[in-house]
Amino acid sequence: MSLLRYKPDFFDHLQEVTLPFDDGVIESLTAGDLVSLNGTLYTGRDQTHRLLEEMLDKGEELPIDLKGQLLYYVGPSPAQPGQVIGAAGPTTSYRMDKYTPRLIELGLKATMGKGSRSQPVRDAMVNHKAIYLAAFGGAGALLSQCISEAELIAFPEAGPEALYRFKVKGFPAVVINDSHGVDFYEQVKNEK
Amino acid sequence: MRTIKSEFITTTVKNLAMEAGTDLEPDILEALLKARDEEVSLLARHVLELFIANADIASREKIPLCQDTGVAVVFIEIGQEIHVAGNLEQAIQDGIAQGYETGFLRKSVCDPLTRVNSGTNTPAVIHYEIVPGDQLKIFMLPKGCGSENMSGLTMLPPSAGLQGVVDFVVKTVVEAGPNPCPPLLVGVGMGGTFEKAAFLAKKSLQRPFGQASKRADVAALEEDILTKVNEQGVGVQGLGGNHTALAVHIKSFPSHIASLPVAVNIQCHSHRYKQTII
Repeated sequence: MSLLRYKPDFFDHLQEVTLPFDDGVIESLTAGDLVSLNGTLYTGRDQTHRLLEEMLDKGEELPIDLKGQLLYYVGPSPAQPGQVIGAAGPTTSYRMDKYTPRLIELGLKATMGKGSRSQPVRDAMVNHKAIYLAAFGGAGALLSQCISEAELIAFPEAGPEALYRFKVKGFPAVVINDSHGVDFYEQVKNEK
Repeated sequence: MRTIKSEFITTTVKNLAMEAGTDLEPDILEALLKARDEEVSLLARHVLELFIANADIASREKIPLCQDTGVAVVFIEIGQEIHVAGNLEQAIQDGIAQGYETGFLRKSVCDPLTRVNSGTNTPAVIHYEIVPGDQLKIFMLPKGCGSENMSGLTMLPPSAGLQGVVDFVVKTVVEAGPNPCPPLLVGVGMGGTFEKAAFLAKKSLQRPFGQASKRADVAALEEDILTKVNEQGVGVQGLGGNHTALAVHIKSFPSHIASLPVAVNIQCHSHRYKQTII
């Protein structure tokens, strides 16, 4: 389970963040911050979002309380015997843009995937003090080593798209959109 | 006439699928190491380092390099002197299903409308070419769709010329930004017809990584596009630096006098493939 054998220097420079978020942490994070996530988060991608929205439309109670939580866009590969989970890197986030503002309004504090978000998602983050992080796409094997528990919470019929609760330790990510409206991808582009 | 049993093809495809999921070929690994050494952004260099560590752990522990183990794209070149005993198509599909199950690879294939997962990662997308000789070549390319989704095709007028080709490829890559997991391998199909250009773009991903086109003018175009793409500053994972793409591969084919089709097939840094000749 140790990352030490493979640890690039990069991991020495991360800011420790505990999940779910303590009061004030969201506001203190700035676009471009490199963070190391520790604690619990929930997972979901295309079908999870569709199913959550269906439940909300019907007025049903969601299987999880989103308040203060981080939702990670991932569809892991199956765990082998003796493993917690298979490869578990981020999927591209824009496909969840359609659903995200509503979840943020319900108290979701952070989302994590890869790639840019739409303007409505960015507006929702500023209005409700939420952030968006990018995990490292294509590093699924390495990132799986930062997940110490994986529990199926809902939608098992969605297969790899089911909703899981992960316990993570030292999970690396970059803050892309902070709660003050700054977008790190754009900042990088403008510097060029 | 040489006979190959379909069961042997199934086993071969199964093994290729499993190996492709966890083991990067040396050419892509070398390209990542070279990029790390030449990267100007410290953050991007760290992230490239992380991808190299990822390849190491995936290969040692047999964990997929990326959870998106792709839709299986299989290129078959079958010698016209070969007779397959059994059902060739079924043999390949069975090999994919077995490889994805046994290798703990993610099954990502679903109905386009209902989104119901087939549960086996089949059907694979199979391209057959009949070639002279008595050998069967199998090229297995698990294609992740974070990158596939960022691909594009345009039917340019011939007057658009070289500049039109350059502009479309650069625009496609830059607009994709961080979404397709840069640094990328950019596959380009130029000429032919609508479907031929798309096929060539995909097929260009088969070329050994970074090897230039045999046509000097096309090789110069590859170099020019690579330079222009990397000047745009998207960089590794959209975090900046000078490596948005690691290579541009162009395959060209004659087109109609009225037409200049250009297809761009985007491939992520986790360029997984395996091939064998039976």
